Amino acid sequence: MIDGVLPPALIMLAGAALVALTRGHLRTAVLLLSPLATLWAVWQVPDGVAVTAQFMGYEIEPVEGSPVRRLFASIFSIMAFTGALFAFRQAKWYELAAAFAYAAGAVGVCFAGDLITLFLYWELMAIFSTIVVWCGGTPEARAAGIRYAIMHLLGGVILKVGIEGVIVHTGSVDLQPMLATNFDTWMILIGILINTAAPPVSAWLADAYPASSPTGSVFLSAFTTKSAVLALILLFPGESVLIWVGLYMIFYGIIYALLENDARRILAYSVVNQVGFMVCAVGIGTEMALNGAAAHAFAHIVYKALLFMSAGVVVYRTGLSRCSDLGGLFRTMPITTVCGIIGALAISSFPLTSGFTTKTLISVAAETQGLALVYFLLAAASAGVFLHAGIKFPWLVFFQKDSGLRPADAPWNMSAAMVFFAFLCIFLGVYPEPLWALLPYPVEYDAYAIDKVLFYLQLLLFSGLAFFLLLPLMRRTLTISLDTDWLWRVLLARVGNWLLHAAATLGQELATGFEALKRHMGMRFERILNSSGALGRTWQVGTTALWIVVLLTIYVALYYF
Amino acid sequence: MTADNKQRNEQERNADDDHWLTKPATVRKLWIGFSIVLALTVLAQLVIKIKGYFGVDGTFGFGAWYGFLACLAMVLVAKALGVVLKRPEDYYDD
Repeated sequence: MIDGVLPPALIMLAGAALVALTRGHLRTAVLLLSPLATLWAVWQVPDGVAVTAQFMGYEIEPVEGSPVRRLFASIFSIMAFTGALFAFRQAKWYELAAAFAYAAGAVGVCFAGDLITLFLYWELMAIFSTIVVWCGGTPEARAAGIRYAIMHLLGGVILKVGIEGVIVHTGSVDLQPMLATNFDTWMILIGILINTAAPPVSAWLADAYPASSPTGSVFLSAFTTKSAVLALILLFPGESVLIWVGLYMIFYGIIYALLENDARRILAYSVVNQVGFMVCAVGIGTEMALNGAAAHAFAHIVYKALLFMSAGVVVYRTGLSRCSDLGGLFRTMPITTVCGIIGALAISSFPLTSGFTTKTLISVAAETQGLALVYFLLAAASAGVFLHAGIKFPWLVFFQKDSGLRPADAPWNMSAAMVFFAFLCIFLGVYPEPLWALLPYPVEYDAYAIDKVLFYLQLLLFSGLAFFLLLPLMRRTLTISLDTDWLWRVLLARVGNWLLHAAATLGQELATGFEALKRHMGMRFERILNSSGALGRTWQVGTTALWIVVLLTIYVALYYF
Repeated sequence: MTADNKQRNEQERNADDDHWLTKPATVRKLWIGFSIVLALTVLAQLVIKIKGYFGVDGTFGFGAWYGFLACLAMVLVAKALGVVLKRPEDYYDD
């Protein structure tokens, strides 16, 4: 069954279990070594189906390798390692154990060769990511975690309905490219899109991630949405509806981030924005576009985790995350500030950062396909990313006004994790070839053609100018922004309350009426229900059996005619 | 005691002291530097030809005005939507 290949997800899962069983230095060793062991196992998986098994009468393929699968599994392992480095001295052990089980689910999805395995690991992620949200430990985290769990279990059910349909109608559990052409495939697509935070349910992401702990949000930012992007690459390459879904997500993320005051929620909205770029690329579906989606996912996990780390350090040191409470932290937090700025430049695809080399792949893919509208919208969005994440986040948190806060800089392990990811952001921006080599298709692309660099410099720097000129229009307000989740958090609750109230009133009316009826017909009820009445008395077994025979006969007769 | 107080006062004064980066003179210099860089990125197009994929994106200063106007549009749209969508932070609390 297992031909010398160890399923990487199981190593990660074993790591999660060991985190719970060990303590002290041993636990630290488990935390730092099990992601590296997973990374090693990822690179032992050959192309093609490596492990098969029987599951409920189906031939399933728990481990199937391919370049794009190894690429995603690699960055998930690297993320688990760096996240553990960032968190191991500050986070609670059960948060880390849950985060590792969550990472194991993501790695498992990477190598799922069939729809059943995909679904099992999908649910593993849903369960343990919910626990990571709950580890935020506040009443808000508890409530947001419940909403998060409902959304993801619902998404799981929709995915399951689609998978069952495909299995029944095609007889195959194979995970292979499809298009959304019938009910089954639409259900699968919708189930996956829920995990990418696509409309109309994008709100779950900005609801749950900022409620988690300063360390939890670092893990959350990486796995769920990006494993869904991989599932889209494997199942729906070239499904054109994804282009428009992606573009919607891109602009949704920008607009909501512009309205937002909470630093971590700004970053959460920009996750939706960045995943939108990847979803759009999968919709374009050419080799270059899929390369772009995969490369951008890799780069994105690094710089987004870096941004959440820098915000996490600020929350950890100050207990504050509202931009209106922060500002001027660069004075005492130089490492966090510099790392946050590098992450912000990378997400804005500034030249010499990883975001530049990977996001322009997607733009060029749109251009090569002659998709002018998509190309110009992506260019506008690049400007918007610089606006909402590239400048707004570091400016409001680290500069802006002097908030009077003088917190200490990050603890050494948090600094080390941030410096490592900041280094990766720059390294992949200056020297993207190692990443190119991991991509599913050959790359013939010069990211640093001088005219393209100049175009992006104009685009981004003038966005910067726009930011500072328009600052008065972007005054921070102590507000949240309504989203589609208002429909079920408020409207549905109101309708529910109204129905309950109506039912209670109706029940009271009925009870009064019933009382009157009882008084009126008291005698007759008494006669039927008392110990000698037809319904109240004890029946003999023989009589009962006779009645059952009669009823069954009627039932059988009805059934046949 | 007095030494302690003195030290504390000094610390408080340091906290109030504005960092050199936030001094008006520095900010002015930063703006001047930024403006020069902005001008250079546009003027560089006199030397470097930007290959437009769809015609208009190769024209002089396209990236500059397109980026600026895109941001202006997004900020205005966000502002308008904010009127409808913004609620107090405790909106969901009850």
